[in-house]
Amino acid sequence: MSNYRCNGCGYVFNEAVGDKHEGYPPMPFMDLPDDFTCPGCGVRYKEDFNLMPPPGR
Amino acid sequence: MNVTYRLDHPEKGLIQYTDKKRHLWIASLFLPLLALTGIAGYFGMGENPYMLLAPLIFIYALVPLLDHVFGSDENNPPEELVPQLEEANYYRILTWLTVPLHVMVLLITAWFVGTQELSAWSVLAVTLTAGIYSGLGINTAHELGHKRGRFERALARIALSVSTYGHFCVEHNRGHHRDVATPEDPASSRMGESIYKFMLREIPGAFARGWHEEKQRLERLNKSAWSLHNEVLQSYALSILLQGSLIVLFGWIMVPFLLIHNFWAWFQLTSANYIEHYGLLRQRKENGRYEHCQPHHSWNANYIFSNILLFHLERHSDHHANPTRRYQSLRNFDDIPELPNGYFGMFLVAYIPWLWYRIMDKRLLALPHIQGDLSKVNIDPDKRDSIVARYGNLEENHV
Repeated sequence: MSNYRCNGCGYVFNEAVGDKHEGYPPMPFMDLPDDFTCPGCGVRYKEDFNLMPPPGR
Repeated sequence: MNVTYRLDHPEKGLIQYTDKKRHLWIASLFLPLLALTGIAGYFGMGENPYMLLAPLIFIYALVPLLDHVFGSDENNPPEELVPQLEEANYYRILTWLTVPLHVMVLLITAWFVGTQELSAWSVLAVTLTAGIYSGLGINTAHELGHKRGRFERALARIALSVSTYGHFCVEHNRGHHRDVATPEDPASSRMGESIYKFMLREIPGAFARGWHEEKQRLERLNKSAWSLHNEVLQSYALSILLQGSLIVLFGWIMVPFLLIHNFWAWFQLTSANYIEHYGLLRQRKENGRYEHCQPHHSWNANYIFSNILLFHLERHSDHHANPTRRYQSLRNFDDIPELPNGYFGMFLVAYIPWLWYRIMDKRLLALPHIQGDLSKVNIDPDKRDSIVARYGNLEENHV
């Protein structure tokens, strides 16, 4: 399960957790709707998110 | 007490910043109370109704003058120190403290109108004063509502309930910030559009957009839009409670008082929205989406006096670049669209459309990224022909 980070405001979408307030269950980031905008800033779309590297050992 | 923030940057060396405005932000706690100086003066001067004009004169005459006199704000935190500034709790606590003050001002002005023998003009003066300060409450809600924490967002809904504007944070965060500076945004004004025409689009458009966004969120949660899970309705419910109680307590006079108060509070936001993106237009990319909001897609004002009253709202470009950034950290830039006076002065200009167009249209077309190119301008469709006829050949004329 991966984390995706908004390149505008730093909000992180955690695929294992989803976003309860916004109504997104745990789900693959890519399955979010195309008109999904960042719940943090409202500005960035899916293509503006960056896959975060997995935590280092 | 001055606090200096420091950072040892690997390339730039030691970066320091002292926020010289730190103590000035306390003014925000006194500003809602300024609404009450009219009432205090009324009683202090033996029930002199002219004293009720004092807050209005402050906002409409004194503030624009003081903006002109005090001029630009030279304080500008370095980007590298913004994270430290963000963490300082002092600033956010000030915003929290203003929320009960806004409720208090509504209660006291309602009490005054509901219990004193007043002429219609006196009632109007107090009502407009109350509306302006509740409008400042919407501005505080704007600051609070942009934050991620549940506490601050709940406080925002309380601040909005004072003026029955509960949809604002939802429609602003998820709607305006997404659609800003495009023809699709009811909260972005178009060249040639008067504030009155804009208002007829903005107020209902904002209500509709806020409701729609919240309804979508609730659908994802399998909840009804007509439930108290609806954050818009939570705020409206509080409004009904608050304003309904005032009608019960003080009688029928509360109905016109509250209607005018609510409308005038909303109109402060309409005024701010009108001047913030007038005529500015984001370009469409090849994939059909609009480009990201750039610094040149907002009008800014860096006047220190009004910025203190508005929690830096006038540093609008940075706000759109960093919507969740706290007010104390908002930065000013060179080479961004700039208004010739602070917000309160510009509101007055906006209320006189021919004066607004006279001052702003040339300023808009002269912006470096536009330079007369009307394809870069968000134009009111009804005025397109006359604007093209008037300005269409600017490029060739080397204006």
